[in-house]
Amino acid sequence: MARTGESVPTADQVGDDRELPEVDLDAEAVTAASAAEAALAVAPELVANSVAEYVRAWWQRVRGGDTGVLPIVVGLIVIMALFQALNHSFLTAGNITNLLVQGGVFVLLGMAEIFVLILGEIDLSLGYVAGLSAVIVALLMSPSVNLPWIVAVVAGLATGTAIGVLQGTLVTRLHLPSFVVTLAGQLGWWGLMIWVVDTTNPTSGGVISVTNPVVFNLVNGNMTALEGWITVVLAVVAYAAFSLTRDNRRRRNGLAVPPFGLTLLRTGVVAVAAVVLLLIVDANRGTATVPLSGMPPVVIVVPVIMILWTFLLSATRFGRYVYAIGGNREAARRAGVNLTRIRTGAFALAGLTGAMAGIVYESRLGSISIGIDGGTLVLFGVASAVIGGASLMGGRGKPIHALLGGIVIAAIYNGMVLMGLSVAVQYMITALVLLAALTIDRVARRGRAFRSSAED
Amino acid sequence: MTEPAQGEARSAAADRALGAPGEDRPEDPPGGQTPILELRQLDKNFGPVQALVGINLSLPRGKVTALVGDNGAGKSVMIKTISGVWAPDGGEILWEGRQVHIRSPKEAAALGITTMYQDLALCDNLDIVQNMFLGHEELQLGSLNEIKMELAARRVLDSLSVTSLRTIRQPVASLSGGQRQTVAVARAVMAQSALVIMDEPTAALGVAATAMVLSLIKRLSSQGVTVLMVSHNLNDVFAVADHMAILRLGHLVATGPASNFDAQSAVHFMTTGRSGRAGDGATAGLS
Repeated sequence: MARTGESVPTADQVGDDRELPEVDLDAEAVTAASAAEAALAVAPELVANSVAEYVRAWWQRVRGGDTGVLPIVVGLIVIMALFQALNHSFLTAGNITNLLVQGGVFVLLGMAEIFVLILGEIDLSLGYVAGLSAVIVALLMSPSVNLPWIVAVVAGLATGTAIGVLQGTLVTRLHLPSFVVTLAGQLGWWGLMIWVVDTTNPTSGGVISVTNPVVFNLVNGNMTALEGWITVVLAVVAYAAFSLTRDNRRRRNGLAVPPFGLTLLRTGVVAVAAVVLLLIVDANRGTATVPLSGMPPVVIVVPVIMILWTFLLSATRFGRYVYAIGGNREAARRAGVNLTRIRTGAFALAGLTGAMAGIVYESRLGSISIGIDGGTLVLFGVASAVIGGASLMGGRGKPIHALLGGIVIAAIYNGMVLMGLSVAVQYMITALVLLAALTIDRVARRGRAFRSSAED
Repeated sequence: MTEPAQGEARSAAADRALGAPGEDRPEDPPGGQTPILELRQLDKNFGPVQALVGINLSLPRGKVTALVGDNGAGKSVMIKTISGVWAPDGGEILWEGRQVHIRSPKEAAALGITTMYQDLALCDNLDIVQNMFLGHEELQLGSLNEIKMELAARRVLDSLSVTSLRTIRQPVASLSGGQRQTVAVARAVMAQSALVIMDEPTAALGVAATAMVLSLIKRLSSQGVTVLMVSHNLNDVFAVADHMAILRLGHLVATGPASNFDAQSAVHFMTTGRSGRAGDGATAGLS
C-alpha cells in the first residue's frame, strides 16, 4: 500500500484502459466508417444478383473512391477524342495500329515494373536491361555469330533474368534500397551494353541490325485475315469457357457467383473489342497500289504475356506472397513466407519482362543502338503501371494496369508526334499527365480508410 | 506406421484416464490432464536485468489462462520465450509433458503454438480467405485452389459463429478492429493450433468489438484450444479467464483459478506482489 501514491493502477483505472480518448476515437472511426466501407470493399459481382444490381454496387464503389480502371478508360477516350479533334489522321487504321505497336514496349516495361511495384520497390534499370538484352539477341543472330533466332532470344531473356536476380539479391540480402541499386544498374548496364557493342562490332557505329526475319516480323510482320479471325475466335471462346467454368465450379460448391447476365455482358464486350481491333488492323493502311493490312504478331504476344503474368500473380503461391509482402511484410514473414526468395523472384521476373520489351523494341526499329534512351523508357514503364492503377507504395497493381497505362502513354506520345510537337514539349506534357493521374488517384482514394496508404 | 500411432493414442487415453477429475496425480495441476504447456524454473536475463526469475506455470488444456501484470512485469518476455522469439536462460519448457527446446517462431508453430501480437499481422490488401490461408495455401495442380480455401474458411468462421461479415472475399483493410481480431483468431483455428497466445486482444477495441472478441475467446476454448491471454484490462480478464497468473517484476507472484481473485486482490498482487488480505487462500504465494 505504501506505493499507492505512485502510478499504481486501481481496478477501475485498469478497466478503463480502452476508454482512453485516443484509442476510443480510433475504434469509433473504424466502426463508424466500417459499415459503408464494407459495402464498398466488396467486389460488386459477388453481392449482386442481377446486372442492374451489379451496376448499382459498382457505382457505389466508384463513388466511394475505389474507381478501379474507370478513370483510365475515361482518360483514354478523352485523350483520343482530343487528338482526333486536333489532327484527323489520329484515328485512322494505320495510326491506331502504329499506336498499338508503340505501346507494346511501354506495356511490357510497365508489366515488368508491376512485379516490383507490388512489393513497394522500384526498378530504374529496366530501360537499359531491355537495351542490353536486345543487344545480346541482335549480336547472337548477326551474320558473324549466326546462332538460330530461338537461341539468341533465350539468351537475351536469360540476360535480363540474370540481371534481375543479381539486383534482387543485392536488395534482399544486403538490404540495399532498390532505388539506389537499380539507379546504379541504369548506369552500369548502359556501360556494359556500349562495351559489348564496341568490342564485338567496333566498326558498327554503335548500331546492330536485326536481320533475322522471325524477330523482325514480331512487330513488322502481318498476320493474314484468316489467321487473325482464327485468333480472335479462339480468344473469345477461351474467355467465355474460362468464365463459365469458373462460375460453374463456384456455383456447384455453393459459393457466391457473378450474375449470369454479367458474365454474358463481359464476354460480349470482349468479343466486340476483339472484332473491332481485328477490323481496324485488317483495314488497308498502305496505299491503293501498295496495300498493307493485317495484325502485327506483337498485338497478340503482349496480351498473351499479360494473361500469363496475371495467372502467375493471382493464381499461384508465388503471386499471393508477392501481394502479401507488399501489403504487410512482417505478416508475410510470420506466416512463413520466404521473403528473400519471393522478392528476388519478383526482381528476376521484372528483368525477364524487361528483356521482352527490349526484343519488341529492336524488332520495331529493325536495329538496336547504344543510343537507346533507357532512362526515359523506364520512366514511361513506371508511368504506364502507375497511370493504369498500380501503387508506388506497394500492395496494389495488376498486369492489366500496365496494359491500359501503356496504351495511354502510347496515345499521348503518338498524338504529340503526329501534331509535330517538339521533344521538349512532349516531355513536359507527359510529366503533367503522370502527375494528373497520380493526383486523381490520390483524391479519389482520400476518403477511404485504406490503412496501408494511410501509413505511408 | 500405424503401430506407434496406436501406441501413442493408447498412452494419451491412459493419460486422460489417469487424469480424470478427482484423481489428480501429484505433479498435475487441478483439473487433471497433463497440461498442454508447463514452464519449470524458467529464467530469462537481458544482461544484468532479470526479466523472468524462476517461473513455474502450467497451462491447463482447453482453458483460458490470463497473464496479467503491470508494465515491465515480464509478460511480453514470457510470451516471446514461449513462442520461440528467444531461448530461455534457464529452466525447462514442457509441451504435452515432454521437454522441448523452442528455437524459433517456426518451431513453435510446428508444435501448435500460435501467437497473435497486437498488430495482428494481417495483410490489408488481401481478403479474409487469403489472410486465413497465408503461408499454407491449398494447391491444385500447382495453382491456388480458391474454392477449397473459401469453403474451409467459411466453415471455420461458422464454427466461431461469426456472422457479421457480408462476404469473406472482402479485403481486410475494410474491416473494423473487432472483425480484424476475428480474422486473426480464425487464422489460428485454421492452423489447428493447440495453444493460442493473445497479446492484448482487446486493446484499441470499442465496447461492442471487445464483447465480440471475448465471446470469440470463450468459443475458442470450448473447441478445446488452450488460450493464454495477456491483458491489462481486468474487466476482460475476469469475463473470460478460467485461470490467472500474475507477474510482478519478473516473478510469478500468484496463480490460481480466476474465481479465487477479484479485481482488488489482483491489482494488489500486481502492484505489491502480496495478497491484500490476511488469510487469503487464493494463491500459490510468493516465488
